[in-house]
Amino acid sequence: MSTKQKLTAAIVGPGNIGTDLLYKLLRSAENGGSIEPRWMIGVDPASEGLRLAADQGLEASHEGVDWLLKQDVLPDLIFEATSAYVHREYAPRYEEAGIRAIDLTPAAVGPAVIPPVNGEEHVGAWNVNMITCGGQATIPMVAAVSRAAQGFGGVSYAEIVASVSSMSAGPGTRANIDEFTRTTSAGVMSIGGAERGKAIIILNPAEPPMIMRDTIYCAVSPDADRDAIIASVFAMEKAVQEYVPGYRLLQEPQIDEPSAATQGQTKVSIFVEVEGAGDFLPPYAGNLDIMTAAATQVGQNIARSLLGGN
Amino acid sequence: MPAHAADLNTLTRTWSGAHGTEPWGDLDLRLTDTCLRDGSHHKRHQFTATEVHDIVEALDASGVPVIEVTHGDGLGGSSFNYGFSRTPEQELIKIAAETAKRAKIAFLMLPGLGTKDDIRAAQDNGGQICRVATHCTEADVSIQHFGLARELGLETVGFLMMSHTQPPEVLAKQARIMVDAGCQCVYVVDSAGALVMEQTADRVSALVAEIGHEATVGFHGHENLGLGVANTVIAARAGATQIDGSVRRFGAGAGNTPLEAFVGVCDKLGWKTGIDFLTIVDASEDVVRPAMPEECQLDRMTLMMGYAGVYSSFLKHAGNAAERYGVSGAKILLEAGRRKLIGGQEDQLIDIALMLRAEADKVASNS
Repeated sequence: MSTKQKLTAAIVGPGNIGTDLLYKLLRSAENGGSIEPRWMIGVDPASEGLRLAADQGLEASHEGVDWLLKQDVLPDLIFEATSAYVHREYAPRYEEAGIRAIDLTPAAVGPAVIPPVNGEEHVGAWNVNMITCGGQATIPMVAAVSRAAQGFGGVSYAEIVASVSSMSAGPGTRANIDEFTRTTSAGVMSIGGAERGKAIIILNPAEPPMIMRDTIYCAVSPDADRDAIIASVFAMEKAVQEYVPGYRLLQEPQIDEPSAATQGQTKVSIFVEVEGAGDFLPPYAGNLDIMTAAATQVGQNIARSLLGGN
Repeated sequence: MPAHAADLNTLTRTWSGAHGTEPWGDLDLRLTDTCLRDGSHHKRHQFTATEVHDIVEALDASGVPVIEVTHGDGLGGSSFNYGFSRTPEQELIKIAAETAKRAKIAFLMLPGLGTKDDIRAAQDNGGQICRVATHCTEADVSIQHFGLARELGLETVGFLMMSHTQPPEVLAKQARIMVDAGCQCVYVVDSAGALVMEQTADRVSALVAEIGHEATVGFHGHENLGLGVANTVIAARAGATQIDGSVRRFGAGAGNTPLEAFVGVCDKLGWKTGIDFLTIVDASEDVVRPAMPEECQLDRMTLMMGYAGVYSSFLKHAGNAAERYGVSGAKILLEAGRRKLIGGQEDQLIDIALMLRAEADKVASNS
């Protein structure tokens, strides 16, 4: 392992997310990244994602993870882009085989990671979870406000509203919409640092499809330093833009004075838009793009840590 | 051949025809009052326990068979985005269930905001009818909630919100998804008060054709173009047997179909609702009106909603944003219509207000 320059990776699940992730990993490899995507694994021989992966020189198999785990050479990393159900079943086998997993499903087997907030914290874990698209888009901002308001009790309550195009919400999200709200609000608290959290998701069918939009509301003490909060939010926008260039604040953060309507707290409102890079998914699907971009970022962090450690 | 008035008054489908009688007799139409849910928007979610007790008592005494009680945006709606509840909604559901002698208590939930745990809590507090609302193209997000509600033994209702935005055949397919998931009645919901007469009838008819042999069809109207009662009459003629309204129009936008007016119309047409007209008119005047911050108005803002097809509960939020940023509330609503916002996207009204403010500032600095 000491001479190894790159880690090898398999993408499991050649759907929209898996295929978009493939393009991101390839581009990251071209730009000097430390991951070489070598396998694309699915279960349907007719899958477009498998065909595209084969075109890019990957070994593509429709015989599932069982096939992959029987190979003489195994990947160092697996990016899971199937479903929570599938990932819960296979996660223990990845670990037994000595493969680290980056989980893009809401299975939440391993600790959750938001790159600019705790991206380095779990580089040693066997399994890390990417929470949800709404979580990736909003939790950085909750964390930004929490940091700035830390000396004044932090964020007592944070609420996020994620609006995504219906076209970009797959059957998994739709069948498990309760899991989205639960997993996201848990992340708003555990990683965002809010004492209480709430998550709301809206699927909007407008044509042409709307670009993902997210609103983040935070309740902070009336004594918190407002300029520091605003500066922290702008700094976080830049940090996320490093891996999602289409992530942008739509407005300057809005500060509302304490009132009955804000339950006596100062209300900070942050409006963002997430435009995708258009790698495989169209640019409006920023919600899916931010997941694959964040997973790529986390994969690179893990790779650097493992390779550098030798 | 134009139909004779007498033919029009004979309903082809009736509630009791499909469901047997309610405890207080045969009903042609089963009415639900929603002033304690849809009215929550107009009240900015500030209902007190006493108000809920008094309104439920008065409506129950008049014979209203179903009373809906929840935050305006459904279970879990208490939030920055929609407004915090003065009294926790689960407490209000409990008070309503303890107060009603005959009426069933219904509650609303929107997947993506409320969760299955909220449904369980509402049942524990005495709620008997679970109404699950989705935007009218997104019915498949309700599948797990209908599954749970039926498992718990709750009566189920599905709401296809913003029904004016889709043609009848699309709505019928979405209604099919809800019924297959366990929904017992699907409502055509005119959230924006934008449907005009035959557009209502065509949508109700399409649902009756698709699901009519397995489930009932309902209609929920708003007054933003002044058509609440007219749309509801034509919906009943088309086969809707569950009907929503709010006493005194107490609801979002220009308000809901005024329930007491519709009861009077039903009396004149010979349609049995089980509700005593004089008693509900007294309830409207003496109990409901005093709980309202003001009458629901058909004014510039609410007309704009019916005209541009904007979700009725945006009204107060657009008003707040207009005041906060010194821009026109009517323009905010028109832009909401242009952006095709749907129910739940109240946050975007602030973004629109900020955009209008920036435009106005730019004009001012150029002149």
